[in-house]
Amino acid sequence: MVAATALAEIAPPPAAGAALDIEQVSHAFNIDGTELPVLSDVSISVEPGEFVALLGPSGCGKSTFLRLVAGLDKPKAGTLREDEARITRPHPSRVVVFQDPTLFPWRSVWDNVALGLEAQGILKSQRHRVDAALDLVGLASFRNAYPHQLSGGMAQRVALARALVNDPKILILDEPLGKLDSLTRITMQAELVSLWQRKGFTTLLVTHDAEEALVLANRVIVFSDRPARVKADIRVDRPYPRHRGDPYLADLRRQILGLLGLDATW
Amino acid sequence: MSTYSLSDGLASGAPRLSRTPVLASWVRESGVGILASVAWIAFGLSCLWWEDVGDWSRTHSLGIAAFIVAAIALFGTVGADYLGTAGKALRQRAPWLVALGAFLTLWEVATAKFAWLPLPFFPPPQSIIEVYTDDLPKLLDSVFASVKLQLGGYLIGATVGFLTGVSIGWSRAVGYWVHPVLRFIGPLPATAWLPIAFFTFPSSWSASTFLIALATGFPVTVLTWSGVASVSNAYYDVARTLGAKPSFLVLKVAIPAALPHVFVGLFMGLGSSFAVLVVAEMIGVKAGLGWYLQWAQGWAAYANMYAALIVMSLLCSGAITLLLAIRDRLLVWQKGTVKW
Ligand SMILES: Nc1ncnc2c1ncn2[C@@H]1O[C@H](COP(=O)(O)OP(=O)(O)OP(=O)(O)O)[C@@H](O)[C@H]1O
Ligand SMILES: [Mg+2]
Repeated sequence: MVAATALAEIAPPPAAGAALDIEQVSHAFNIDGTELPVLSDVSISVEPGEFVALLGPSGCGKSTFLRLVAGLDKPKAGTLREDEARITRPHPSRVVVFQDPTLFPWRSVWDNVALGLEAQGILKSQRHRVDAALDLVGLASFRNAYPHQLSGGMAQRVALARALVNDPKILILDEPLGKLDSLTRITMQAELVSLWQRKGFTTLLVTHDAEEALVLANRVIVFSDRPARVKADIRVDRPYPRHRGDPYLADLRRQILGLLGLDATW
Repeated sequence: MSTYSLSDGLASGAPRLSRTPVLASWVRESGVGILASVAWIAFGLSCLWWEDVGDWSRTHSLGIAAFIVAAIALFGTVGADYLGTAGKALRQRAPWLVALGAFLTLWEVATAKFAWLPLPFFPPPQSIIEVYTDDLPKLLDSVFASVKLQLGGYLIGATVGFLTGVSIGWSRAVGYWVHPVLRFIGPLPATAWLPIAFFTFPSSWSASTFLIALATGFPVTVLTWSGVASVSNAYYDVARTLGAKPSFLVLKVAIPAALPHVFVGLFMGLGSSFAVLVVAEMIGVKAGLGWYLQWAQGWAAYANMYAALIVMSLLCSGAITLLLAIRDRLLVWQKGTVKW
């Protein structure tokens, strides 16, 4: 009995996540005729069910990278694959929580969360999933509110629920917890980890916060300044739940902040 | 226990202490109502006191009606506390009742009694009432004809304009072909088409419907188009990553996001279509309020003209109220919409 539960805990999560292969991807924008290189030769291979955190200086190209993974933009060079299939357009198996919540102001909270199921034409039979997602982010009592009646953090939580309700294979998160107060943030981090462990989706999380990356992720990738290259690829082999005070993590954190250009006094 | 008896004693003493403030607030709340009542009594008296300088049959009834309004104003405001929301509403409008009563008194005296204003052009109130009672069938026919024409033309114009606007906003190809036509024809006042339209259409009614539709369609098209074009790409990105197909993007993203603009277009279209309606009725269609105005002018029946104008303004105002009510229903998600 004890052995069985222990086994369940160490066993890898069910293979609900997809693998992600990014090969020599480069991207650039054209601003007033001049080429602005944003990503330069980025290669990352993500295992199914991995939790990867992306760190990098502001404006280095993290959001751009996530848009490529989502299939919203095409890279100038290189290929991206989800489970061997080339990514050429968005697909609900890869759901994005954008840096900005971008809720639809004309829809109530419930209708916003229901968006994906409605777009895929399966809302009628799956209404309970919307309720469950709202419960998860603690906004069940705001189901009939409109976005302009929410606080910034609440809006961000609705955006998270709107993504989770779709049962994605790859969850793409662009600083989804950035606007939350520190207490809600810690709760949502724990929720995210437990959800990830239960569902086993692959997660790609962009964050500014090295500590958040270390508490959540299996693997932390540090981008260089623009144009972004992979500067470091760090495995975080610690069991969950992790503790912020863990000296091993504190050591990694110092290392990462060093890579980001902050000296060791931090 | 003792504190209770103490506060009880205070409470029972309170009314005696505050008698004067109660009186003052009673005067403040009902004073305007009493004034309104006085103004309407003055109007009633002004009707009945002197002899009319002309021959009008409704002077006596009008005087009686003014006294009835005065009574309602008096009892309605003084007894407002017992009348619930109706009493409250009446109290709120009491200052307007005062102004109206004073205005009507002045009008009555200046026209029917002493003819300070030149008579055929400035008919007294009773002669307008006379139009409503004696010429009612014709007036109602005109109202019905106008509403029918306006509604038909407006609905066609709004629908076509909306669909065109969405198509231009959504599809580059449609925009390529329609945009130049829109630029060329749209700014032309719809009334400029009048002569041609009455020629080419089988009936003056269909010609007028076309013109009203044209006047409505242009602003609706342009504003729908600009609404669709200005929808933030972020909304499309979100919908696309959640598995939305193009039809979903149009129906569930572009159109709802553009709706506030669409309503501005519908509002502008309503205004310009009223103008076209009246002109079309005056020139071509032998029915409707515009035609009634024209007809009244031909007979120098100025009272009929004023009566028709009042009806017309009530109808136009009602149409706009209805449109804004629909907007408020559909756009509850917006904050700070204008109250009409
Ligand atoms: N649509 C665009 N057109 C032109 N330039 C763009 C566009 N999107 C992003 N950029 C440029 O690409 C660079 C990277 O932007 P990106 O949004 O990916 O940064 P980021 O790493 O997410 O930054 P932050 O951490 O501040 O969110 C920026 O210099 C930005 O100016
Ligand atoms: Mg970003």
